[in-house]
Amino acid sequence: MFKILKKEYLAPTICLMDIEAPRIARHALPGQFVIVRVDEGGERIPLTICDYDAEKGTVQIVFQVVGGETFRMQKLEEGDSFLDFVGPLGVPSDLTELTPEELREKKICFIAGGVGTAPVYCQLKWLKKNGVDVDCILGARTKDIIVLEDAMREVSNLYVCTDDGSYGIHGNVCVALQQLWDEGKRYDRVIAIGPMIMMKFVCALTKELGVETIVSMNPIMVDGTGMCGACRLVVDGKVKFACVDGPEFDGHKVDFDQAMKRMKQYATEEGRLYLAAKEGDTHHGGCGSCG
Amino acid sequence: MDMIKKVPVREQDPEVRSHNFDEVCMGYNREEAELEASRCLNCRRPRCVVGCPVNINIPSFIMKIKDGDIAGAYDTISESSSLPAICGRVCPQETQCEGLCVRGIKGEAVSIGKLERYVADTAKAMGIKPHSAARRNGRKVAVIGSGPAGLSCAGDLAKMGYDVTIFEALHRAGGVLVYGIPEFRLPKNAVVDKEIENVKALGVKIETDVVIGKSTTIDALMKEDGFEAVFIGSGAGLPKFMNIPGEQALGVFSANEYLTRSNLMGAFSENSRTPIMRAKRAVIVGGGNVAMDAARTALRLGAETHIVYRRSEEELPARAEEVHHAKEEGIIFNLLTNPVRINADENGWVKSVTCLRMELGEPDASGRRRPVEVPGSEFDIACDCVIMSLGTSPNPLISSTTKGLDINRWKCIEADENSGQTSKKGVFAGGDAVTGAATVILAMGAGRAAAKGIDEYLSAN
Repeated sequence: MFKILKKEYLAPTICLMDIEAPRIARHALPGQFVIVRVDEGGERIPLTICDYDAEKGTVQIVFQVVGGETFRMQKLEEGDSFLDFVGPLGVPSDLTELTPEELREKKICFIAGGVGTAPVYCQLKWLKKNGVDVDCILGARTKDIIVLEDAMREVSNLYVCTDDGSYGIHGNVCVALQQLWDEGKRYDRVIAIGPMIMMKFVCALTKELGVETIVSMNPIMVDGTGMCGACRLVVDGKVKFACVDGPEFDGHKVDFDQAMKRMKQYATEEGRLYLAAKEGDTHHGGCGSCG
Repeated sequence: MDMIKKVPVREQDPEVRSHNFDEVCMGYNREEAELEASRCLNCRRPRCVVGCPVNINIPSFIMKIKDGDIAGAYDTISESSSLPAICGRVCPQETQCEGLCVRGIKGEAVSIGKLERYVADTAKAMGIKPHSAARRNGRKVAVIGSGPAGLSCAGDLAKMGYDVTIFEALHRAGGVLVYGIPEFRLPKNAVVDKEIENVKALGVKIETDVVIGKSTTIDALMKEDGFEAVFIGSGAGLPKFMNIPGEQALGVFSANEYLTRSNLMGAFSENSRTPIMRAKRAVIVGGGNVAMDAARTALRLGAETHIVYRRSEEELPARAEEVHHAKEEGIIFNLLTNPVRINADENGWVKSVTCLRMELGEPDASGRRRPVEVPGSEFDIACDCVIMSLGTSPNPLISSTTKGLDINRWKCIEADENSGQTSKKGVFAGGDAVTGAATVILAMGAGRAAAKGIDEYLSAN
């Protein structure tokens, strides 16, 4: 059992938790993920690690309530436990292989969208600790759902943008990146983490600009150790498993259309389970997905 | 001539069982078991024992069944095997013990597997447990993986007095016994969990949710956590795909994914929240035991189910019993057929598989006749689900994170066949991680051999 030591809402449907998991905290690096299970009968849910503290033995996760399992996770309180919490899985960011000197020579811009902000924070914090200053664009649909702004600002040169212009730069992350570029900013690398559609459009832009781009993929997974192949993606024309070959890949080589299509594989069943969990016996159809 | 015919084992009716996940084979009762046991000739030089990868003293336990001495029969089996209820169900006895049985020359072999299962199940019902070590020696050994290799290695080491901890990557112990083999062949709660409890009763500790190579490493286990030796029984690994067009379409799964959802996650049951596709028409590509398991699972989830295999029935690698059961349940075999393309509809879902007819040519490196395409024989099988069951390649999680651990050109871990010793001091390996995908009993045999190897190594140090 893995105890929840802290729970906090970053936005109405975005929840942060610190979990007691000393072994994972000791071995985790930026870019890696964990798999959690709420209870017996629960699904295995992959979540990118947002922070870890080897001394306290804690690992931080941030998740958005989007389906039945995340709805159940959100119902857990401080002092409750996850039945399973396994990791750190996946390959750490390749930045962790560089020396601080090599890192300081790189001009990096992070792009964080939605709940992808949390894993970006993990990388920014690690870089800051190694004395590296980087730019970061934080995008959200509207002002109310921007998360971790202050924390992000502490560890990067932060540029916030909103689709509706309610805060910061008016426009999506691509508009913001283009604006920085037009102001004369130049980067060796862009690292984009967020919804697949956002990563797809960032990659289209950076390809034009000629900037290497790394993305963190979050497809459907089951075991997370390479055994099942549910998370397979096409990268550079070859089949790769996000769980063991990734989750970070060269964004210019990822087949996003394929990946987005595969996310829908269980969409209907997920939705049905979510409604069952949320509405219980009061739900009697009409949602279009439970027949 | 057989005086007494082989006692048939009771099975669920095919029509009934194709709609449920209860165990197909119901096993012998006492009367049937004693009658079948009486067919054993108690040979002076028993060939069956030679055929058993762990050399169970088969005539001895069968004689004890005849005498009604279940505890004695269980002790005899336990001297050689820590998982009799499992082996009695999933071993390919027809090519091992039963394949060499003298009675099989002119009639039918003694049903050794069913008798082993009878002993294990009856002993369990009577509350008989295996004997644990009289004295603990306090020396720590780590076992990676709680599948058949790891469990048997851990069980044997614990009996010798070692302090054994098994590290399991998944949330439930059992390895392929829980994620791979379906409930209707090997019940999880009633059989697998009970065998694991027996191994725990010997003093073995099991830590789930620990991925060696990620959560910690072999080097850390040995340097920081005080383990003097490590056994790697991490299993077979990554599923293979055909690399044909359309394989990324929705509704295409690896057999590992499909079976893991159904078996480990329990997706076939109402109590599980893990989704699984309930197909209308499923095509399973491959002819091994895993393909049969995937096909019979898809069938039970409501699909009209087709096996597509590029060679002929004779070359099917699956056990004869599995093929027989599959056919009885109504699975359609499309033999000498090879998929070349998967076709998707406008939403990206599978709508058909394009196949070619094959014919058998000259024998290839495996000694089997090579399937050759028949020109112009392309045809489509309409379906909404394709399950690829083409075998696995080794998982690099451990080999890539352990310094000094040699792998061969198939990326399997190099280990001595007799002792399990790898290229790294104090590290042993066995089972599918060494051989590539094979059987439960071979993995168990390798686990036992490594336990002996570890004991010899630690006794000398």
